[in-house]
Amino acid sequence: MTVSVSLNGAEQRRPSRFGRMLEDRLPYLIAAPAILILLLVGLFPLIYSLIVSFQRITMTENDTSFVGFLNYAELFRDARLWASLGHTAIITAIALPLELLVGFLMAQLFIDRMPGRQIFVALLVLPTVISPIVAGATWRLMFDVRFGPIGQILSFFAGEPVRILWTVNPAFVYPAIIICEVWQWSPFMFLLLLAALSNVDQSQLEAAEIDGASYLRVLRAIVLPAIAPVIAVACLIRGLDLVRIFDIIWALTEGGPGSMTETISLYTYVQGFSQFEISYTAAISFLVIALLTLITTLVLKRMELAR
Amino acid sequence: MRIGRLPARKTRILAVRYLGACVVTLLFLFPVYWLFMISFKTPDEIYHVPPLWIPGQIQFSNYYVLFKDGDVFAILNSLIVAGVSSGIAIVLGTLCAYSLARFGTGGENLAMWIISQRMIPPIAVVFPIFLIYVYFGLVDSYFGLILLYTAFNLPYVIWMMRGYIVDVPLELEESALVDGLNRWEVIWKVVFPMVRPGLMATSVFTFVFAWNDFLFALVLTRTEVITFPVMLTHYFGGQSNFWAKIAAMSVLGTLPIFVAVSVMQRYLVRGISLGAVKG
Repeated sequence: MTVSVSLNGAEQRRPSRFGRMLEDRLPYLIAAPAILILLLVGLFPLIYSLIVSFQRITMTENDTSFVGFLNYAELFRDARLWASLGHTAIITAIALPLELLVGFLMAQLFIDRMPGRQIFVALLVLPTVISPIVAGATWRLMFDVRFGPIGQILSFFAGEPVRILWTVNPAFVYPAIIICEVWQWSPFMFLLLLAALSNVDQSQLEAAEIDGASYLRVLRAIVLPAIAPVIAVACLIRGLDLVRIFDIIWALTEGGPGSMTETISLYTYVQGFSQFEISYTAAISFLVIALLTLITTLVLKRMELAR
Repeated sequence: MRIGRLPARKTRILAVRYLGACVVTLLFLFPVYWLFMISFKTPDEIYHVPPLWIPGQIQFSNYYVLFKDGDVFAILNSLIVAGVSSGIAIVLGTLCAYSLARFGTGGENLAMWIISQRMIPPIAVVFPIFLIYVYFGLVDSYFGLILLYTAFNLPYVIWMMRGYIVDVPLELEESALVDGLNRWEVIWKVVFPMVRPGLMATSVFTFVFAWNDFLFALVLTRTEVITFPVMLTHYFGGQSNFWAKIAAMSVLGTLPIFVAVSVMQRYLVRGISLGAVKG
């Protein structure tokens, strides 16, 4: 990817001295504004946050003395924090495989050419590109016990009135969140897998078919190994998104009932913006960053190994 | 192509696949249909038990109310903030991407640092950013939100555009340099036309990301610069939800996205997979 060396040799006629200076520094000059903004908005808050996490600033006191790992030690005693991590893990562990499976089945359905395929794909993309808040709001209207169609449809099939308070009943809030999540993001998986499947070597597939290999065997021996890198990337992107899930839950349940569906992002928000535990929120932030970095590194390692 | 298969069987398979395709599409589009339909219903129809699947007539009073109450200023804010920030991110990001792609500025390390910025969870930085913004008086200002979305989108632009620029044959640029063009002219007259489709697609995605964001807008706006997702959550009440407004606002907030992405469909896969999958 670094292909610069030969370029400088090609520059023969150079203009004025000032122009030459500009041109010599050009690589840095044109990269600088973007990097500066990233440092300012990306790195500066993190450093600030890191410092604060070793102090003791709350809503009421402003103690800026160094308190060591006090806030971090507090993390281990915070039951609500671990509960919120548990909720996040549940949602991720159920939604991610479901999205992958549904996306894969959809891709299988659309992999062979058929007239009008582009239109289907264009329509199916819609859930993925709309704002998660709109997705959450839509499903909130869908799930409504009196005026929503879900209850109506269920009642029709059950043959008797079904009244489920999807966003309030503890037994149904997780299914509600996961249905919404899977609805919004399966098309994402579908798009990536469709692209990956169309890149699978056709001659291998034909050879396997002539040899009379079964569908499952072809899937395991040819298709899955070929699309494995794309599956890994898709799962990484979606996995990171799911761990920091916020919008959909905010729109659907606001973390309720009680704090039953409070994810780590919602909990961080509550600690920061309701309790104003400035130092403690900073400590939670670094726990989240550490966690996500760990996941990313592990996945990338595995991808390297698989190669 | 399968060998020795009868046309009749082929037609039957195609019919079954069409049926499957239609069922799946209907299933996935039903919530969107429901949303659109509520936005056309009268209050009586919205709060009808059992729910009505088709409104009596298409009427736009729910949208009219949004205009009359001035709620559409949230859409306008979204347009301004998402539009300006993606414009800046595209210009600065593409220049930086050129530097990375052609001069190898900072090596792989800088590129990795930039993409890692994209991976940082917003929730982890939003609180310190909020405190800093309070200190500098940037909360609820266009400048503050635009700066944030620009920074938020820059890693994406740099990463994507680096990929597109690397795809431009080096010989083109070399011969242009030999012909006496300076570097700026090379970027503007040789590279830019080559990467224009990718640039357009990337612009659309940066716009969509800023447009759809909720968390930053929730925290960093109060009354003046409220964007449409934040406005939407204001309609949820403990007891009564403003259904008509929720639906109409959602539709208004979804239409631009749908148009933009439909136009850019060819670049969709590469765009949403951070360039990892070239569809």
